[in-house]
Amino acid sequence: MHSTFSPLALAAFTAVSAMGTGTDATRQALRGRQGGLRPAGPEDRPATWVGRVAGVDAVELPPGLARYDCRNNRLAELALRQDGFAHAAEQARARYGAARVAVILGTSTSGIAETEAAYRRRPEGQTALPEDFDFAATHDLFALPRYVRARLGLHGPALTISTACTSGARAFLEASTMLRAGLCDAAVVGGVDTLCQMTLQGFGSLALLAQGPTRPCAASRDGITVGEAAGFALLVRPEDAPAGTPQLLGAGASSDGHHMSSPHPDGLGAVSAMRAALAAAGLEPGQIDYINLHGTGTRANDAMEDLAIHRVFGAAVPCSSTKGWTGHALGASGAIEAMIAAICIEEGLVPGCLGIAAADPAFRSDVATGNRAVRVRRVLSNSFGFGGSNCSLVIGQG
Amino acid sequence: MRCWLASPAVFGPGLPGWAASAPILAGEQPWVMAEALPPTPALLAPGDRRRAGVTVRFALAAAAEATAAEPDRAALETVFASGNGDGAVVCSILDALHAPDVAVSPTLFHNSVHNAAAGYWHIAVGSTLPSVSLGGHDGAFAAGLLAAMGNVATRGRAVLLCAYDTPLPAPLGAVRATAFPFATACLLRPGPEGALAVLELRYVAEPLPPGPSAEELEGLDALALGNPAARALPLLRALAARRAALVRLPLLADAHLELRVSPC
Repeated sequence: MHSTFSPLALAAFTAVSAMGTGTDATRQALRGRQGGLRPAGPEDRPATWVGRVAGVDAVELPPGLARYDCRNNRLAELALRQDGFAHAAEQARARYGAARVAVILGTSTSGIAETEAAYRRRPEGQTALPEDFDFAATHDLFALPRYVRARLGLHGPALTISTACTSGARAFLEASTMLRAGLCDAAVVGGVDTLCQMTLQGFGSLALLAQGPTRPCAASRDGITVGEAAGFALLVRPEDAPAGTPQLLGAGASSDGHHMSSPHPDGLGAVSAMRAALAAAGLEPGQIDYINLHGTGTRANDAMEDLAIHRVFGAAVPCSSTKGWTGHALGASGAIEAMIAAICIEEGLVPGCLGIAAADPAFRSDVATGNRAVRVRRVLSNSFGFGGSNCSLVIGQG
Repeated sequence: MRCWLASPAVFGPGLPGWAASAPILAGEQPWVMAEALPPTPALLAPGDRRRAGVTVRFALAAAAEATAAEPDRAALETVFASGNGDGAVVCSILDALHAPDVAVSPTLFHNSVHNAAAGYWHIAVGSTLPSVSLGGHDGAFAAGLLAAMGNVATRGRAVLLCAYDTPLPAPLGAVRATAFPFATACLLRPGPEGALAVLELRYVAEPLPPGPSAEELEGLDALALGNPAARALPLLRALAARRAALVRLPLLADAHLELRVSPC
């Protein structure tokens, strides 16, 4: 069978989440086991804890792009300013031409918090939304890639991926398709999602919110802590990046075809996404050094994922969830965790689950609960979402 | 990029399915404005049929029609594209969030994800193959076509493309106008079996050439501007008339897709 996947280099990448702004802060937080979850304020009811990113409110968008102003695009802007990312995008624009750099981003709720604010701003008795509310530049899913594309001066194709909690991971797969199809020579990929009442109340209605900070893989785990994050990578062909640049080695997706909000109990969809990612990368399970779990901290997800991991990898590969640091950043989680994977490779680090003493004794995979210093050459990162959407990425050394 | 297109489907005002609509789209019969009614999602199990709203019904009707002759619907990867997603669901949740007792329905919440229609489709046909759901505002159909053709070209597999949008209720409807419901679907394949046409797609980093204003258009030309999924109408009309066409599809304010349609 001919390979349908070509590896791509992460020529630049950046990460902003509750655990830190930029990759250095993220690295320090992972090494020092300092999570970013905090008790929720009244604006985040009914959650008791959240993973809120500090400093987003103070971010100002460039004057010419003021119509895009909303928390989601401010968080995107904050990330673009870290790790020299905007500069790297500028270099890609100069090298390939603005029309040859695509922007492919995932989000589940885009700037819907701005719509919630517009609802609240209405005078008593008024149904209509305020006249200055700009739906297309904030609430609309396309607002995110349109903002990033305009901000970076790019003119290539743009896509917005919205497959619930796999959005940010799935963006990498679609970007690889676009590069392979010759539609672009580089792509800004990733995901951005911000805290909003819709998701907090929604997960509350499903009784999926943790009472304290989320404890993925613990026997006593009781749900998710909702977080927010932005993760961006600049994908180019490996020959266009220095040797040793981390790479997207493979990606795979599947559908559960089972239930809208519960994963397949045997993890069949998760198994096929992981196997598809391994096949795309041309790797055997034993060649993976660390698995970054979707690991939301819900009873159902973590049990299903353990079954699926054990079926593909046995107990041979250490795995953990980093949502104890970031919370569940929903449509951005796959993007931020792809960046964490790249950091773990650079650091030689398996970051054990935060805030748990031991993994659920019913689990059969090798769940790390403390940090392990080991050689990490290749990481598999899982994302699963409502609607039965599954996506796995393999990030590795070039 | 190129691929073959087979089995188009359409549900919109005065366009109740491909068989009835093809002569209208081909210009052999007049188009008459008539309300588009949400078809019954026959493929869904009774429980999901109750939970699926109007938007999902339109999407599934188009997807079902495009795959009616397929021996195995579960064997198709899918691309779903929609500017608004399920606006009725999103509006209901926003209304609930701003009501005094803030009671969000769990069913509404899981129906609010943009990939809800895709999720229901894969459940209905028992498909575990990959699916992606895209936004794209007024460029949603172009975005879906771009992603779907990219997947056909690079992975060599058939893809079911489904584009759909429905009007948003008040108050969002006032800030995001969508005139009527519309859904379309087709099969995109790497080979010519059962194909109506060959498609060749090019991304053009330039604004759409200026055309007549919305006020100057009428009939199906005007209809194409009333819904993001209806932007497919020039393609559907070329397919129905079995004629070659060069179709320009809006994607972004400064970019569009140029689609060459050649009947086969």
